[in-house]
Amino acid sequence: MLVQILFYAFAAILVAAGLGVILSRNPVHSALSLVLCFFTSAVLWLLIEAEFLAIVLVLVYVGAVMVLFLFVVMMLDINLEQLRSGFTRHAWLGALTTGIVIFEIVGVIVAKQLGVDATQGAAPLPAGYSNTRELGVALFTRYAYPIEIAAILLLVAIIAAIALTMRKRPGLKVQDINAQVAVRAADRVRIVKMDAEKRP
Amino acid sequence: MITLGDMLVLSAILFALSVAGIFINRKNVLLLLMCIELLLLAANFNFVAFSRYLGQIDGQVFVFFILTVAAAESAIGLAILVVLFRERRSINVEELNKLSG
Repeated sequence: MLVQILFYAFAAILVAAGLGVILSRNPVHSALSLVLCFFTSAVLWLLIEAEFLAIVLVLVYVGAVMVLFLFVVMMLDINLEQLRSGFTRHAWLGALTTGIVIFEIVGVIVAKQLGVDATQGAAPLPAGYSNTRELGVALFTRYAYPIEIAAILLLVAIIAAIALTMRKRPGLKVQDINAQVAVRAADRVRIVKMDAEKRP
Repeated sequence: MITLGDMLVLSAILFALSVAGIFINRKNVLLLLMCIELLLLAANFNFVAFSRYLGQIDGQVFVFFILTVAAAESAIGLAILVVLFRERRSINVEELNKLSG
């Protein structure tokens, strides 16, 4: 019963935060609402005993991806008024799509021929069950090659992001160490022979 | 007791909200990226729920990979966005017509 109350409370927070993401006027508020979304999702995943992914969601999404989003939001100087125009013009389309999508998916869920009884709770896990251990065993045995491909994908993403944003600014003063080391005294100091000036 | 139906309905609501967000925030690339993140989260909800209720760990492995792909996608997307903003001083989708698509 307590679990159910917690589920509905956090589900309500999640939906409210989702509304905050799509409706707020300021992109910073949207990003912060999205952080709240990820936090509540992590709580909900904890409630259905997927602990490892809940922690990964907090670490990866809140810790890395959303910080990146916030950096970019605050770095860009965006003209908000221009971007907000046409907001209400397409609002009816958004509401209509929301209604249809929810109606269709809920319709599929309540259909009885699904093969899965959606009105039952999950089977209780055995004592001593470790979600992290099970996930690790699956990842490093059956899914060993896919996880290597995922690692390559992350590497490609790092290289792509750095290569895209790296630039040479014109007029930037930098040291050229090679030229500094290779310089000789003769290049810098020129001794000029000249007669001494006479005192007038 | 949380039923499978509860989780699926919640993820359907989240999915529909993010699709609506893509419709009503059509001009702001940044919000479009955020809505895509929300959409992937809704998909992950389904994976986790089915994995738990069918008693198979494979769904959670897939969530792991989706998280990887989503992180890579948002990193590259934001990098493109920063380059775009340097170039055009705007992130309005309607002004992105240089390729005449």
